[in-house]
Amino acid sequence: MELGARELWTVVHGLVLGTLFLLAFAGGFAGFYSLRPEWVTVVGIRERLRRLLAGSWVMALVAWFTVTTGTWIVYPWYRAPGPDSPRSYLLAAPNRAEWHRFGMEWKEHVAFIAPILATAVAFSVSYYREELANRQDIRKAALVLFTIAFITAGVAGVFGAFINKVSPIR
Amino acid sequence: MAQMTKTKPNGPVAASFLAAGIGAFMMGLLTTAAAASAGIAGALNWYGPVGPLSGKSLGAVIIWLIAWILIGSSWRGKEVAFGPVYLWTLILVALGLLLTFPPFFDLFE
Repeated sequence: MELGARELWTVVHGLVLGTLFLLAFAGGFAGFYSLRPEWVTVVGIRERLRRLLAGSWVMALVAWFTVTTGTWIVYPWYRAPGPDSPRSYLLAAPNRAEWHRFGMEWKEHVAFIAPILATAVAFSVSYYREELANRQDIRKAALVLFTIAFITAGVAGVFGAFINKVSPIR
Repeated sequence: MAQMTKTKPNGPVAASFLAAGIGAFMMGLLTTAAAASAGIAGALNWYGPVGPLSGKSLGAVIIWLIAWILIGSSWRGKEVAFGPVYLWTLILVALGLLLTFPPFFDLFE
């Protein structure tokens, strides 16, 4: 039952933060979708706003923690020089190389779009608060950006999980 | 009818969305530029263990924050035409997604 520092950081980066991200997205998405004055009362809007504020800010913060730990802690281990690094192992065989050339190259770049979009969305919720229910143009736009942020993080998360399965960081 | 209710001006939120689009686009632009030029990739290598990703990611984040500050201060307290701003945000995000897609930026290698 041992877990080294590298395995622990990989778990924090992928599993722990990834799970929090999914939960925050679910709460935020439900909050955005249902924040309509024709659907809920003033009390209902306040209740949804709490969930929306929590969901949008947790998603943004978790996205920042994820790309920060991924880029500055886990990624140097992945791309370390020498034949034993996960990157070297993938590139050593043609049938594994695409995991790096396509999967990792896509994941490491597209992931940064998620926290940038999620932060803008969270800011819009904090700025308008209850008034967001009366700004359907902003609410709908924020919902789209929130979903794009989720999809980009999803691409990064799925490839991260597969790559760590094919070539684990140890 | 809900849209007619008086609310705070949309300038700060429009600025945050447009700046986010600029940040996403910059991430894509720096990614493709680094793929196209070994010199640019070298210039973006701000921290050896992370390689060019250090400059691409920090560069995009810095430009995003600068854009947010500049546009945000310009649009503070103002109601702007949100439709075109949102359209440009989506265009910039779409370009950012395209420019970070390996089969696309590999064309420039």
